[in-house]
Amino acid sequence: MPMVDIAGKDYEVDEEGYLVDLSQWNEDVAKYMAVEEKVELTDSHWEVVNFLREYYAEYQIAPAVRVLTKAIGKKLGAEKGNNKYLYELFPYGPAKQACKIAGLPKPTGCI
Amino acid sequence: MSDMDEMEDGSGIVKKFMFLNRKAPHGTVYALEGLEVVLITAAFDQDVSMVFTDDGIYQLMKGIDTKGIEVKDFSRTYRALEGYDIEKLYVDQASLDARGLTEDDLIVDVTVLSVDEMANLMAEQDVVISF
Repeated sequence: MPMVDIAGKDYEVDEEGYLVDLSQWNEDVAKYMAVEEKVELTDSHWEVVNFLREYYAEYQIAPAVRVLTKAIGKKLGAEKGNNKYLYELFPYGPAKQACKIAGLPKPTGCI
Repeated sequence: MSDMDEMEDGSGIVKKFMFLNRKAPHGTVYALEGLEVVLITAAFDQDVSMVFTDDGIYQLMKGIDTKGIEVKDFSRTYRALEGYDIEKLYVDQASLDARGLTEDDLIVDVTVLSVDEMANLMAEQDVVISF
């Protein structure tokens, strides 16, 4: 599998650029992935990224968009738990892009 | 998923899918792969039931620790099923009894069924897939 150099350290990624070893994740990795995805990270982005990491720690999977949207709505409020808000932050798919930045695998059922 | 809704051809056919889980969680890929298929099926808004029988019961055991065998512990993923609107989880009474287990040993809420009840439920399904 390909390796990428992030801030002087090597990381293994899969063929789509997702981090292979979740435990290697850190802020440098997130920033690198964000540049790859052409996303400029703001506090709002970090809120979703951190939410995803907590979700993964709890359930051991990356959620599908529908599930992510619902779960965010529950935790952060309805004004954030909707497609419009999440797609504005991550235009090419909140589950797909935010998971990559969060160092998670691509969500199951993300086609 | 909104991006998928848009791709739907409008047929909106919903079938009753039952996934039978019969094998221990680790040692083979059946349990984990079966779980992935279940999550994907739910993403297509199908009517999903999951049944745990025989050694499949062990998939739902509380307190699984996989450190020693160096594989991912996906047992907690069963607790995410609710978020995927998969709420029909059934367990076979005889399989629980044979292993000296009760509902209290399981990480999710399940409905325990007798053999006859299970047979009736199975007969109602459009598709039954065994893992």
